Amino acid sequence: MEPTNPVVDYLRMDRIPHIWCPGCGLGTVVNCFVRAIHSCGIERDLISVVSGIGCTGRMAGYLRLDSFHTTHGRPIPFATGLKLANPKLKVIVCSGDGDLFSIGGNHFIHAARRNTDMTVICVNNFTYGMTGGQVTPTTPIEAVASTTPYGNSEEPFNLPHLAESAGAVYVARWTTFHVRQAIKAMKEAVQKSGFSFVEIISPCPTLYGRRNKLGDGLEMMRAFKEKSKVKNGADTREVGLDFKGDIICGKFINRERTTFLERYNTRMAARLGAAYKPYEGVL
Amino acid sequence: MSESKKSNGPRGKVTINSELCKGCGFCIEFCPADVLDFSNTFNAKGYHPPRAARPENCTGCDLCGIYCPDFAIFGVLIKAVA
Repeated sequence: MEPTNPVVDYLRMDRIPHIWCPGCGLGTVVNCFVRAIHSCGIERDLISVVSGIGCTGRMAGYLRLDSFHTTHGRPIPFATGLKLANPKLKVIVCSGDGDLFSIGGNHFIHAARRNTDMTVICVNNFTYGMTGGQVTPTTPIEAVASTTPYGNSEEPFNLPHLAESAGAVYVARWTTFHVRQAIKAMKEAVQKSGFSFVEIISPCPTLYGRRNKLGDGLEMMRAFKEKSKVKNGADTREVGLDFKGDIICGKFINRERTTFLERYNTRMAARLGAAYKPYEGVL
Repeated sequence: MSESKKSNGPRGKVTINSELCKGCGFCIEFCPADVLDFSNTFNAKGYHPPRAARPENCTGCDLCGIYCPDFAIFGVLIKAVA
């Protein structure tokens, strides 16, 4: 009997081939994500994936898991509601840099501040891929986008530092070249209790790569291989990304903090005493 | 590759679904055993899918399967490491 691809079981094969361009790293991220979920051994009905809008936003639609494709920038509020209504769920947000940090930047910092128990996987390709390659809050200085034809002059976000400052308990960054490490990071992030954040740097050869003369997807992957430096536990203040500069990868933060629901239950029990029954969801 | 390894035969097998391939070349570039190469044929979309040019080297590590953005290739272990 011919063997079948192990990821097929987790994909909606009626929607494959996907719309992502040749050389795009998003399929690789899906591959890593599926393998991470599989190795966690969590019951499939207890996993839900939420995506926003954009190229990465289509991830939820391709996964044969409980998934939801929300409005632009709002996967984290939706995921928060999902988690609070049914705390038994493992809620995972997969979205792009523009969706999570431009339109949804506000939601990200507040979910991290509250330490809502969820995992956020941000696929950072430095641009808005689906709408024509506009500048995002992560586009490096100098990089050309359709809205910055002379090169970007805005300081980009340093995502691991932002996540750490806002209160995330697990922060890691890898590129689509580091597939084994990315699988491990996603697995650890999903298993971690609290707000965990994984940034995956991915090539966008069609828009970001073409405008900045970085070559095709394979060329960009080779650049990730050459320029990435693994520094586990590095100070997140020093892991900002420059145009064509080094990419510091690794697991930066792994700490413990009380999650929102734990704190809520403790507070209410302290206030109401024995009359209070710990909240276990409305379902 | 040493003679003793060759006589043991391949440890893994790579399966390719040519019609899903978009010809990005990730699998060919990152295969640690240098098993794959571009084929001369086209698929329906007009891309050159990979082919197992040196299948005897395959270790079944499935790195091609993890890299492939189009779920068009994967490797399986067919023989346990001695």
